[in-house]
Amino acid sequence: MGLFKMPSLGSDMEDGTLVEWLVAEGQAVKRGDIIAVVETQKGAIEIEIFEAGTVGKLLLDVGETAPVGAAMAEIVGAGEAPAVASAPAAQAPARRAPEPGPVAASPPSQVPIASGERVLASPAARRLAAERGVDLASLTGTGPGGAVISADVLSADTLSADAPAASTQAPEAKPREPATRRGLAMGEMRKAIAAAMARSKREIPHYYLQHTIDLETATAWLAAANAERAPPDRLLMAALLLKASALALQRYPDFNGHYIEGEYRPAEAVHPGVAIALRGGGLIAPAIHDAATLSVDALMAALRDTAQRMRAGRVRSSELSDPTATVSSLGERGVEGLWGVIYPPQVALIGFGKALVRPAVVDGGVVPRMQVQVSLAADHRASDGHRGALLLNAIDKLLQTPEAL
Amino acid sequence: MSKVETTYREAVRAGIREALQQDERVFLMGEDVGAYGGCYAVSMGLLEEFGEERIRDTPLSESAFTGAGIGAAMGGMRPIVEVMTVNFSLLALDQIMNTAATVRHMSGGQFGVPVVIRMATGAGKQLAAQHSHSLEGWLAHIPGIRVVAPATLEDARGMLWTALQDPDPVLIFENALLYNRKGKLAAEAGAVDIDRAAVRREGDRVTLVTYGGSLFKTLQAAEELAAEGVAAEVIDLRTLRPLDDATIMKSVRKTRRAVIVDEGWRSGSLSAEISARITEQCFWDLDAPVARVCSAEVPIPYPKHLEDAAIPQVPGIVQAARETLGR
Repeated sequence: MGLFKMPSLGSDMEDGTLVEWLVAEGQAVKRGDIIAVVETQKGAIEIEIFEAGTVGKLLLDVGETAPVGAAMAEIVGAGEAPAVASAPAAQAPARRAPEPGPVAASPPSQVPIASGERVLASPAARRLAAERGVDLASLTGTGPGGAVISADVLSADTLSADAPAASTQAPEAKPREPATRRGLAMGEMRKAIAAAMARSKREIPHYYLQHTIDLETATAWLAAANAERAPPDRLLMAALLLKASALALQRYPDFNGHYIEGEYRPAEAVHPGVAIALRGGGLIAPAIHDAATLSVDALMAALRDTAQRMRAGRVRSSELSDPTATVSSLGERGVEGLWGVIYPPQVALIGFGKALVRPAVVDGGVVPRMQVQVSLAADHRASDGHRGALLLNAIDKLLQTPEAL
Repeated sequence: MSKVETTYREAVRAGIREALQQDERVFLMGEDVGAYGGCYAVSMGLLEEFGEERIRDTPLSESAFTGAGIGAAMGGMRPIVEVMTVNFSLLALDQIMNTAATVRHMSGGQFGVPVVIRMATGAGKQLAAQHSHSLEGWLAHIPGIRVVAPATLEDARGMLWTALQDPDPVLIFENALLYNRKGKLAAEAGAVDIDRAAVRREGDRVTLVTYGGSLFKTLQAAEELAAEGVAAEVIDLRTLRPLDDATIMKSVRKTRRAVIVDEGWRSGSLSAEISARITEQCFWDLDAPVARVCSAEVPIPYPKHLEDAAIPQVPGIVQAARETLGR
């Protein structure tokens, strides 16, 4: 028997509030099923399960808040007998409670806050961090016993100039209403972005590279591919840029993974997070799973589906927890280039500006060419500029043969 | 403004002399205050100047002469009762607590007790365990009386007159180590308020709260902290009851850290009261636990080195302040 635990949906998530169970006790589940909706700083997230089995006892009630890692439900694996019937098993002494398993014996309300993980922070630091949306766990304390103190929060809060505005919040940011409303909580999201980006700039030694890619071939290929398609089925340049980026990330694993606890851990698959701007402000970068192996058509469909769901406020847990790198594409309404801030614990962000017709020198003459500027923001702890240049050159080369993508 | 060189002892005497000159209801009574000039020589010369009616030697009975002073105050006089040390005042505690502090309440406001009781307090003069304690915190526990602790020459000179104007009992604690302290005092120095704490040194990193004999040690500690780049603010409480919360909290809200320096014992002390108030009123402004530097919980020892080790000293104050800063 396993336990289904509150997943971490980002390094800045501390806890989640159960909005809704989408399964009942005794119901069979398989890998990938959405079994619950949990309210987090980023909004209400659909939580998936990654094993097959039968739902045992539900340990969390709607409206309850539990920290990351706390048990939410028992899951009885395939072939296992349900816990209810099998508890007095041979190896277990009889006094081991006949009906509820050992976990059920301690109610979920006692699970929260593993004492070892409690952040040592002064009252003043806690108040300031709450006001400014700074994640205390991400700070290094300089106070007594290494406690985080107010000065640490103030120096970490790179948005301190905006703090008064942040605490009153934009009008669309209604107070967080756990357990009642699905959707993305803008005020909370702003705080989450603030905490993640401040941590990124504080901890990650970014380096930046820039390259200009000629898109004439890709533009022509795209026009031909779209000629026969109805508007909803047409491919966008964003799909080509994403596919090329995913293939390049696969080839250069220095940029596809996570920097955790002082070491870089490359990821096995390529799940680029695609930055999607939300109406009313805010930003989310859900993973497009296994982008390197999807066809351009499948990738386009995944992009459309993801963007629509994000804007409707329907986010899946794996989409938030899985990205291995971020690809940000400004698109037609953007500007020429961007310099990204890496989303920790990722180590790279590939940024595409707006594709533009610009003067270029070809065969000794100046001619108009469709081009795009691509940038790389990368973590110098995990890679060096030379490798970064190879990554950007690989993206360039891949985009010159769009038919092969 | 011309200044004159004087001592704390002389400043106290000047205050008493002025009161005797300005108000004929004022008289001084206590053990050895007349012919001997006071055990700390505060009233030296006053018997000759004002006569036996107004400078009265009393029997060795704190309860009797404190009670007499209370009765005289109820009868319209303005007595200054001198008790040799706070240790001996315990013999008069019944008069102070059960009579002086309660008469206004128990008479439905018909009688007040405008007595002033002065006494020496504190260690440092090798007077051993029956003459050296700092029990002002106990007396500051009592509603119905005001407790003040002059540390500076200005306060030694000026608190008495204001205390005599108070319609209720006022206790004045004079730290015995301060009597010989020299300094410049304005020639025209006079009455001062007995309501507010004073910021004796400004700073923004840590607040050092103290009073009486520990003030100068605390100022020295602040000087040493400044050499380390730590700007400490020093608050002299001046009045121990009622405490001037506003001044303390304003400073702690600024510095986010507080160290209380109190020659009293730690347990159940004035420092405990101040710490509790800071936590009650400033919790969300604190960056460190409130720290205390108090006397060791032993009878004050006679040997010099042990006596020094038993009471707050500059290195301990500096260290406590450093710790609130995580150093």
